[in-house]
Amino acid sequence: MTITQWLFAFSILLLVLLSLFLIAAFMVYAERRVLALLQDRLGPNRAGPFGLLQPVADLLKLITKEHFIPPFADRSIYTIAPIIVPFTALLSFAVVPVDDDWWLADINIALLFVLALSSLRVYGIMLGGWASNSKYPLFGGLRSAAQMISYELPMGLALMGVVMLSGSFSLVDIVAAQSLPFIFLQPIGFFIFLICGIAETNRLPFDLPEAENELAAGYSTEYGGIQFALFFLGEYIGVLLIAALATVLFLGGWHGPWLPGVCWFAIKMLILILLFFWLRTSMPRLRYDQLMSFGWKLLLPAALINLMITAVIGLFWIKG
Amino acid sequence: MLKKPIPSYQSTQGTGILRSLWTVLRHAFTKRDTIPYPDVKRSLPARWRGRIVLTRDPDGEERCVACYLCSAVCPVDCIHLQSRQMDEGRRYPETFTIDFSRCIFCGFCEEACPTLAIQLTPDFEMCEKHHASLVYDKQQLLIDGQGKHPGYNFYRRAGVAIPGKAIGEAECDTPPVDRDSNLP
Repeated sequence: MTITQWLFAFSILLLVLLSLFLIAAFMVYAERRVLALLQDRLGPNRAGPFGLLQPVADLLKLITKEHFIPPFADRSIYTIAPIIVPFTALLSFAVVPVDDDWWLADINIALLFVLALSSLRVYGIMLGGWASNSKYPLFGGLRSAAQMISYELPMGLALMGVVMLSGSFSLVDIVAAQSLPFIFLQPIGFFIFLICGIAETNRLPFDLPEAENELAAGYSTEYGGIQFALFFLGEYIGVLLIAALATVLFLGGWHGPWLPGVCWFAIKMLILILLFFWLRTSMPRLRYDQLMSFGWKLLLPAALINLMITAVIGLFWIKG
Repeated sequence: MLKKPIPSYQSTQGTGILRSLWTVLRHAFTKRDTIPYPDVKRSLPARWRGRIVLTRDPDGEERCVACYLCSAVCPVDCIHLQSRQMDEGRRYPETFTIDFSRCIFCGFCEEACPTLAIQLTPDFEMCEKHHASLVYDKQQLLIDGQGKHPGYNFYRRAGVAIPGKAIGEAECDTPPVDRDSNLP
């Protein structure tokens, strides 16, 4: 590769990173406004027109806060943990195809890559909870580990149905195979994926790792300033990623009439993100044992049965 | 009779989730509860307990007679005053300070006041940058109006003699009885 090619590649990467940061920042604003809308409030409307500069104010506040490491914390792990969370979520976006020709990488095991990164994500939260060396973060970290393991299984199994239908692990190929969006062929798979996605990103009603009523702020109790911002960023980019993956895997990605592909992709993602916000404000948090039994006794068998039916139909009907 | 067991979360899940989603969505179209405060100021009730003032009587004289009752009743000891007496017999506070950084706006001083001089007003916007600026002296407390009780004049109702009003000339007052003429 020549220097210009390197520069081009780097500038594209930078552009994607910056736009992801921006989208995540405005998602926080949008979430606060949507929550306020559904709770008879107004939400942040002071900074700039309609409060649109609120993310800037939040960021400035978090950056200018004192960088503090508790004396009882494990310094190195405490510092590394908040970096892992947004890092894995950002890295996953490399394989997400946005339009016909718009992606950073098209690897033949893209789906496995995404799943692996989302498994790595738990390390950030778990280590953050562990390294804080205090009781609430520890509980948060433990819950996070248990929750991630329980919900990763049905998630992976739900995605196998999509892989069977399209015959590929590459996200680009999966989108290309969807002349009919897979949500019509895999409705159960879609719901399982969505529920597990909410659980993976620690959103309500599955936000047990940071349950603020029981655990102060869970794994992020001892974090402040820019390190807390990194956890926060990771969570929101995670939400964005789940919405993007659901769009790519089940809703037909960039496919759609009249509008250009990017618009369709954005609209589908937006609807899913709004659903996330809507769910957050209407549901109470699950109890811990309910969470576990829901994951293992309901989602896992449902995902397995869904996979089996897909396999049988695929074997005798599509192939036959 | 046995109580009906609470249905497990699994049996209520499906309809419960949809119902709560629908209920929450309907709230998007209801009236906002938030009042955008500095832009829109709601009117406070007339008996709101806010900034404390010292009022004057209809003649324009100070109502306060410096009896120290407000200072005594104040649960946080934020009222300080020094009484003086005019040659003609009227009492008045020489100094009167209220420390609003301590005041809890309980209204006890208003209840204790025998001359309706000290009154709480519907005003709470008294932010200051320094603690010391919250200590109001007499000049800041004394207003020109009569506050909540227009027409009330302590010295015109009480049996205390002041220039221009002898004993027995007050409102609702009868002249003192001449004890010599009262003999049988």
